[in-house]
Amino acid sequence: MNFVLIFLITIFSLSLFFYGRSKTKSISIEKNIKLNALPKFYGYYLVLWCSIPSLVFLLIWTLFEPVIIKSIIIETAANQGAIFNDKNEANLIYEKIKAIYAGTYFGDIDTILKESALSYAKFINLFTNSKIVLIFGIVIASVIYSLKKIKKNNKARDDVEVILKGLLFASSLIAILTTLGIIFSLLFESIKFFSVINIFDYLFGTNWSPQRAFVSDASAITAAEYDELKDAFGFIPLIAGTSFIAFIAMLVAVPIGLFSGIYMAEYASVKIRRISKPIIEILAGIPTVVYGFFAALTVGPFFRQIGENLGLTVSSESALAAGLIMGIMIIPYVSSLSDDVINSVPQSLRDGSYAVGATKSETIKKVVIPAALPGIIGSVLLAVSRAIGETMIVVMAAGLAANLTINPLESTTTITTQIVMILVGDQEFDSPKTQSAFALGLTLFIATLVLNYIAQRAVKKYREKYD
Amino acid sequence: MTKEERLKKRHSAEKRFRFYGLASIFVALLFVLILVHNIFSKGSSAFMKTAINVEVFFDQELLEIKNGATEDQILEADFYDITIESLLKVFPAQDLDQENQLIDLFTTDAEIEIKRAFLENNNLIGKKINLEITASDDIDQLHKGNYPRDLPEDRRRISDFQLIIYDNLVENKKIIKNFNNYFFKNGDSRDPELAGIGGALIGSFYSIIICLLLAFPVAVLASIYLEEFAPKNKITDFIEININNLAAVPSIVYGLLALQILLATIQLPRSTPLVAGITLALMTLPRIIIPCRASLKAVPPSIREGALAVGASKFQSVFHHVVPLALPGTLSGTIIGLAQALGETAPLILIGMVAFVVDIPSTPIDPSSSLPVQVYLWSESAERGFVEKTSATIMMLLSFLIVMNFLAVYLRQKFEKRWN
Repeated sequence: MNFVLIFLITIFSLSLFFYGRSKTKSISIEKNIKLNALPKFYGYYLVLWCSIPSLVFLLIWTLFEPVIIKSIIIETAANQGAIFNDKNEANLIYEKIKAIYAGTYFGDIDTILKESALSYAKFINLFTNSKIVLIFGIVIASVIYSLKKIKKNNKARDDVEVILKGLLFASSLIAILTTLGIIFSLLFESIKFFSVINIFDYLFGTNWSPQRAFVSDASAITAAEYDELKDAFGFIPLIAGTSFIAFIAMLVAVPIGLFSGIYMAEYASVKIRRISKPIIEILAGIPTVVYGFFAALTVGPFFRQIGENLGLTVSSESALAAGLIMGIMIIPYVSSLSDDVINSVPQSLRDGSYAVGATKSETIKKVVIPAALPGIIGSVLLAVSRAIGETMIVVMAAGLAANLTINPLESTTTITTQIVMILVGDQEFDSPKTQSAFALGLTLFIATLVLNYIAQRAVKKYREKYD
Repeated sequence: MTKEERLKKRHSAEKRFRFYGLASIFVALLFVLILVHNIFSKGSSAFMKTAINVEVFFDQELLEIKNGATEDQILEADFYDITIESLLKVFPAQDLDQENQLIDLFTTDAEIEIKRAFLENNNLIGKKINLEITASDDIDQLHKGNYPRDLPEDRRRISDFQLIIYDNLVENKKIIKNFNNYFFKNGDSRDPELAGIGGALIGSFYSIIICLLLAFPVAVLASIYLEEFAPKNKITDFIEININNLAAVPSIVYGLLALQILLATIQLPRSTPLVAGITLALMTLPRIIIPCRASLKAVPPSIREGALAVGASKFQSVFHHVVPLALPGTLSGTIIGLAQALGETAPLILIGMVAFVVDIPSTPIDPSSSLPVQVYLWSESAERGFVEKTSATIMMLLSFLIVMNFLAVYLRQKFEKRWN
């Protein structure tokens, strides 16, 4: 139905374009009036007025129609005596009603379901019909309005440009809408989670094992149950594991990335730079799932083998393997940013250092790096935020159990791993376990936001200093 | 310390420092090589499959259909009996247990393969033909040399009796290596020899197309606004900060967003390329806007001023002159953004693309998988055959990424104008 409507609107708009263009042209010739814009702008004007209001209306309608119909149907079903204890049962009944309507339901149909299905059909019909009527109304109204405007020989180019500018502005607002969407969706579930688990118990708890958290009735939790729950959702082991793996990753990425950045900015000939820079950037282009596969199937067992030969017990999901591979993934982030930063240190500083007899490496160590330090720290912070938000490597190569450990040969888990583990497979909505994933997501979001903010400020300050 | 000694020391420090830099680059390059070599050496064998040459006799009595039967009749007919009959003729088995071991050498789809051969050539009733029946995963891996046969019998999946049959078949040249068309044609399967990336390829294709259709126009319009029209005020600053932050938000957070808004609130169908495409578009948007703005910014102001000077409106100067000049950079930024989206896994896992989907999706609202998610799924499987399948999927994924990146570089180098 929607496709037909969109198709009709498009066809109608296109014909309006040609109508508007030729009509204004012929009128201007016939009556010898000087038009206020080129004839095609009158065509554009009609097209915009015909399509935008109706399409926006159609979009909003399509988004809200199912939600409204659902609430109406569930209410009527309840009025007719259908009993559902919670949201899940209501959803189930609604799905059944929809299936009956579509003719794909093969279970028993009792009178309540039958009645509901009939009223569902009625409402679907009603909504579809009123949608069509309203859209035609909107199209006709806006076309009449715009035709009237054209008759008055308006400044169509300016008007078209105002509308288009609005369109441009609207597209740039999508970024804000996305941010709002993220904040809303994370907060919504997190607030539910924190209404069950005290936020301080979450932040400072030292035990994470959400699979133990069974709640029969989330609205009435006894004190004994709460103690158990509190013990299942402690954040400390996760942040410890995440920072530990990120720390190992930075131990790999910072020296290698920084040295290759310095080499490329200060030493490398144009030729070497042209070859090696893209190859290092390849590391950033490889999908993280590939690193995860490599870490889990090659690096993990390899370390284990070495450990066995040395008489050490190495977990095959060791923090070391995950951290090492993550570090390699991050090298290009450190190297290309620090390369940029070092390149923007003014040549005069170097020349001054050379003039007093310093070697190149002394100049780099004593002059260039101190000058570039804020920028370098910024790039390292950006890399850290990459590391803590990285998911696939740790999901595949790090462990699932939350151990509080600082032994890199043992397995530990991370925030992102836990989010995936909780949300993969069947989820029971409205359970603290599912909600905890959103609380973790919120924590992660805030952490990366803060890191990025500081990093961007540092880089920006540094740039302003030398630009 | 004399002057000369100090100078020598300083010079050797200089050399060491330089060496560290070179060594770091070398380590990074070495890792790329190791990774690529590892994937290719594991994965290249997946493009071939092992088949066993079997003589099949289409016995009319067992099949209960006649020559010239309609397609429906053939599809309904029971090929199980003649399948077992033919497979058992490959090697003499003493008892029921040995018969089962013999049948286990073949894929579970042997019956379907025989039926397919029959469908292609309808008048085979009463005739004997030689068919190449796909071998089971264990034989496949054994034949490719990925399976150690010197383990004690109770620790390997292939019994001694099966090894004897295998050696006999090799001796009689009954074992053949074929191009593995299943790998490209089939959907997912629990049997590695039947599993393919057909479904994942289509799923990824739909997701990326939807992502492109949504993200590209919005990103271009938004960057035109921010670069050319936006007044310098608080709202513009806020939008800019937002875009920069969104580009750095971990991808898994977009998965949570999609789960809550697209699946729970708007109730779009789970596990579908439609939802995947929208999620990837939201994620890619800021990553496309940033290079788009850079390429708009690179167009010198003289172009705009020239257009304005001959009476163009602000819009005409932007859309007729600035945007076409910035187009190569814009397109290459978009392609790189799409390449990132193609390799993205975490958000797709959250929206349920990890579901086990056998059917190839025909529309973007059918449940499906995608290439990177298929890599994740198979890497979790225990069967040995999935290791080479996973590596081969990675090879496919990487080659798509390489093509896209080359295209981006080509566009930029070929069409981008250099000012100054």
